[in-house]
Amino acid sequence: MRPADRALLALAAGICGFALCFVDAARLRSAAGPDEAERTRLVAQLRLTDLALFTEARYTRHPSQADLHSAFQDHPLALEHFPTGSLISPPAGSLTVGAGATAGREEGAAK
Amino acid sequence: MKLWLAKQRYLIDFTLASLARRKTRNLGLLFVYTVLVFMLASVTLYTHALRQEAARVLAASPEVIVQRMVAGRHDLIPPGYMERIGRIRGVQKMEGRLWGYYYDAVTKANYTFMVPAENPPAAGEIIVGPALERSRGLAKNNGITFRSYSGKLHSFIIADVLSQASELVSADLVLMSEQNFRAFFDYPAGHYTDIALSVANPQEVRNVAVKLAAALPDARPILRDEVLRTYASIYDWREGIVLALLSAAILAFGILAWEKASGLSAEEKREIGILKAIGWETGDVIKMKFWEGLLISLTAFLAGFVAAYVHVFHFAASLFEPVLKGWAVLYPRFQLTPHIDGLQVATLFFFTVVPYAAAVLVPIWKAAITDPDSVMRG
Repeated sequence: MRPADRALLALAAGICGFALCFVDAARLRSAAGPDEAERTRLVAQLRLTDLALFTEARYTRHPSQADLHSAFQDHPLALEHFPTGSLISPPAGSLTVGAGATAGREEGAAK
Repeated sequence: MKLWLAKQRYLIDFTLASLARRKTRNLGLLFVYTVLVFMLASVTLYTHALRQEAARVLAASPEVIVQRMVAGRHDLIPPGYMERIGRIRGVQKMEGRLWGYYYDAVTKANYTFMVPAENPPAAGEIIVGPALERSRGLAKNNGITFRSYSGKLHSFIIADVLSQASELVSADLVLMSEQNFRAFFDYPAGHYTDIALSVANPQEVRNVAVKLAAALPDARPILRDEVLRTYASIYDWREGIVLALLSAAILAFGILAWEKASGLSAEEKREIGILKAIGWETGDVIKMKFWEGLLISLTAFLAGFVAAYVHVFHFAASLFEPVLKGWAVLYPRFQLTPHIDGLQVATLFFFTVVPYAAAVLVPIWKAAITDPDSVMRG
């Protein structure tokens, strides 16, 4: 076999592998359907508002329901306790030059 | 057409022979290129799947949650508050929610205690989340005792454990009856933690929130859209952090690829000069180099993407999981459902394959239009 044919065959195999990713994704999605329905049912039944990802503090367990001051709720200059807290994005606007810190926090919390 | 195809095959043959003459350098480039695509694709696939998971699951959350604020802090909803909300037009249904946090010194973790609105457990019984079951080694019909904030001990029987499938939303939940909840937290009668509202017309949700804020200045309405945006922004931020950490690697690769693609070595220049001298046209030289760029960048893209897909969805993204998922004492175990965003893949393709293929062509075109003699002499 010529080198060109080998290279084109390898590329074709790569393209097939790429297409198979989409096929496999569809297969896994349909297999996960019942589990997802169970999660959605529980969210609707219990009126849940957040994922149970970070359980260490109230403002990381329920980031969407947290106080407007989070993550500074212990006192205004408190440093962040948890790595999760520091990995949650700061409020929109607080990173722009000249934005008031309080206004930024409130805007972000109201996201 | 047949002739054109035969010509391309010969060009590819020649390109491969040319690449093989600098085997180590080209294989090294291909490896680094593939690893870079793998890292970028892993991060984007993982965060997109997490964002989608959060969006789909939380689409069933309440349309509006109303909190009451006192001195800037979330406070209990007093009796009579719900009646005032009920007078606002557009509010279809409202329910007071009872939930709170409990710190368990045994596992050093926070649990979320909650009273389900439908089918609550009987008095003295609780239903626990799967992560809590694991961390405390519990099973159905076991007993468990919690010390309340007032210092009293409260014993419960585990009536059931929530399903593993729901762990992403229920890992740390403890469901109990209203009577037990109020006794445990010393909750005053008629008070609630917050209120879940449903609105008759989904288009009117924002208007209802505005009316709420006007009628009850101490109320803080949180819309479902805002909840979904919060989760989207958390993962956007995490994806950004990882990409920022990877930016040094991306930059290093950019320099390497640019140096390789745009600066022709004396050997390559001589090769082009010889090709021109034996009768190759400028177009042929450019086509040959185009194939070189395409073969390297396309191979790297395809191999990197497929490896990233397998890594994220079949090996639980073990390389990036700690940064992207975060951590907690009671972290839920869950398998991500693959959702591949076509636009993201196209963007990744455009920013990894196209610049390299283009960067290869410019210097070749410059060398190919120069006189063969002067190119060979350097």
